[in-house]
Amino acid sequence: MSILTRPSHPDITDAMWDKIDEIIDANKDIAGSVIGVLRMSQDAVGYLPVELIDYIAEGMNLPASQVYGVATFYALFSLKPKGRNIIKACTGTACYVKGIKEILSHITNKHGIKEGETTADRRFSLEGVRCLGACGLAPVMIVSENIHGNLKPDEVVGILENYK
Amino acid sequence: MSKNRIQLMLCGGTGCHSTGSKKFEKALQQELEAKGLAEEIKIVETGCNGFCAVGPVMLVQPEGIFYQKLKVEDVPYLVEEHFLKGRPVKKFFFVEQKNKATIPHMNDIPFFSNQVYRAMRNKGVIDPEVIDEYIAREGYFGAAKALNEMTPEQVVEQIKISQLRGRGGAGFPTGMKWAFAAASPGEEKYVLCNADEGDPGAFMDRSILESDPHAVLEGMIIAARAINARQGYIYCRTEYQLAIRRLDIAIRQAKEYGLLGENILGSGFSFNIDIYQGAGAFVCGEETALMRSIEGKRGMPRPRPPFPAHKGLWDKPTILNNVETLANIPQIIIKGGAWYASIGTEKSKGTKVFALSGDVNNIGLVEVPMGLPIRKLIYDIGGGIPGGKKFKAVQLGGPSGGCIPEHKLDTPIDYEEITKVGAIMGSGGAIVMDENTCMVDMARFFMDFIQDESCGKCTPCREGTRRMLELLEKICHGEGQDGDIQSLEALAEVIGQSALCGLGQTAANPVLSTLRFFREEYETHIKEKVCPAKRCVALLKFEVNPEMCKKCGLCFKACPSEAIAWKKKEVAVIDKSKCVKCMSCFDKCKFDAIF
Ligand SMILES: Cc1cc2nc3c(=O)[nH]c(=O)nc-3n(C[C@H](O)[C@H](O)[C@H](O)COP(=O)(O)O)c2cc1C
Ligand code: FES
Repeated sequence: MSILTRPSHPDITDAMWDKIDEIIDANKDIAGSVIGVLRMSQDAVGYLPVELIDYIAEGMNLPASQVYGVATFYALFSLKPKGRNIIKACTGTACYVKGIKEILSHITNKHGIKEGETTADRRFSLEGVRCLGACGLAPVMIVSENIHGNLKPDEVVGILENYK
Repeated sequence: MSKNRIQLMLCGGTGCHSTGSKKFEKALQQELEAKGLAEEIKIVETGCNGFCAVGPVMLVQPEGIFYQKLKVEDVPYLVEEHFLKGRPVKKFFFVEQKNKATIPHMNDIPFFSNQVYRAMRNKGVIDPEVIDEYIAREGYFGAAKALNEMTPEQVVEQIKISQLRGRGGAGFPTGMKWAFAAASPGEEKYVLCNADEGDPGAFMDRSILESDPHAVLEGMIIAARAINARQGYIYCRTEYQLAIRRLDIAIRQAKEYGLLGENILGSGFSFNIDIYQGAGAFVCGEETALMRSIEGKRGMPRPRPPFPAHKGLWDKPTILNNVETLANIPQIIIKGGAWYASIGTEKSKGTKVFALSGDVNNIGLVEVPMGLPIRKLIYDIGGGIPGGKKFKAVQLGGPSGGCIPEHKLDTPIDYEEITKVGAIMGSGGAIVMDENTCMVDMARFFMDFIQDESCGKCTPCREGTRRMLELLEKICHGEGQDGDIQSLEALAEVIGQSALCGLGQTAANPVLSTLRFFREEYETHIKEKVCPAKRCVALLKFEVNPEMCKKCGLCFKACPSEAIAWKKKEVAVIDKSKCVKCMSCFDKCKFDAIF
């Protein structure tokens, strides 16, 4: 059972806090488990607010600086909120050769976001990821878990229209 | 292996998933049930078959008929013709590009017939989620032999005789690595599997894990026996969720069967494996960084020595091997090191798996004998370059590697020979590029990747690669100056000699290799401010050449920002004030009329 005081945070509901406590309890005695704890907590909340990182550090009995260091080192972790629809455009070599650059520029022209950014209305986040392992379908992007392959620059804006 | 009359080995790899294999499977199952065939015909979802280019694909066993590009609407016809009337359906056979011949049997298709399967011997043949199917194909026989009939020294000896070299990139002799760790004193030792697969354009390890997870577990058990370790970890990219799920299932089943855990097969030997998910940092593929990451820290490399064989994970003796390296181990133990060493070149034995992609017809996963000329990999197995375009180069080794141009294509697949031409064997990414690829832009692409992934611990890598990237960006933007090439070369030398880990030490390779073979392309960018491949946007004018324009209007239709004026039978005109330089018109123009 956790005896930590939960800071209030608009993006973290009580159910999420319960889940986080569960994650911390299950892992706090396992050496090296902090990366997994951060991953699972991010899955629960959507991103890692600073208050949450501090909370995890306390719960795991680790210096906050270490946990913060880990959270900022790995590309998987985001300290900023993300959009409802996450566009993961593959910027691996095969997709690059097959023209992901043009796909990205169409998205940027239409929605005004570059890699790593989120639209003001939080509709889309655009992320560049390195090789989705679907090089046969290059260029490829994943939007909210759906794979779109063999993309043509003139189709991409239309595809995104389906995600509100 | 099964009581069914026919088994349908439907590919469940990532490539086929995304071309609709799941929907196809559902429709097929319903149809088989509706026709009362579900009892005798079983659908098996396999790992990646390898031939991703023509997915979804399905192999009909035991006949060996190979179907490609399957669609849900074809299901009733296929079931009626093949499974009720016994007439394989020509419509879904593979068609050869050259002479349009149809080939019904998988083993006759050049893509497959030129391959030799060792690390991937079970791909597409077994259900990766059922341990019995693995066991039926000599699965865990190697582990049983190593545990009950061999001493650790004998295990190491066979690996040495096999001359197997690490498939993660560097090609270090596996037997030697194991011998060091075996000789290291200590009660607590670790066996690690590197499934981080960082090369952006490679998916070999993922496919092996998805199609044959037990082979990797068995390889780890044998390694543990060799060095006397009790605990193993598989460090896997978190993006590889299907691979992680299958590994998880495999570990559970192996435990149930007494093949993992306490007192394996009654031998008195105990060994456990846990999965550790990475969190998206390329440098964590490097061995010392990977170990720090498992310890829950920032994944930064440290200088060696001490080597992991003496001080690795938690400062205990540790061996780290790549997925493909480990997948080769069980067969070596069963058949002997000499068997493995019977194919290949003098110093590179056995086979190598490649992820063939880019501008090549048969994109997919292939395993070929060492010594095969790279030309055969691209033309016989890969089926050549699509769209009648000319071959320009093939990139091997990703961000640490280099490219091989046309006149070096007869180089055999061999660690030393490939290094001689300025590339590296690497982990197996092979990206084919046609004449429309700009080599300066590719060098910039890899440098951008390295700059992004540099962990920042050592100055040469952190600052040096940034300087190199700036220079390359300048050149691609038309601001290149005399002396830039020399600056790139000088920086490359310094970084190569002084960086802390392999990431920095090899970071300049893509630049050096493109400079070696495509120097004139750099010069054209710098002196004439022209990108011959028309890829560097800043060097393009976005104008239409009226002499080459065929007035077809394709560019007009493609333009998303209404910047192109065109009427029937008139030359198109681009309004530069509206143009957003998205390149749509370049892609659409078939006549090279836009420049
Ligand atoms: C920056 C960097 C990234 C690496 N990434 C990987 C990787 O993703 N997968 C891999 O197997 N080896 C990778 N390696 C090589 C490993 O450090 C190590 O040599 C290898 O896993 C050892 O296994 P092997 O001998 O079986 O190849 C990388 C090396 C460096 C320097
Ligand atoms: S490079 Fe994009 S999927 Fe591999």
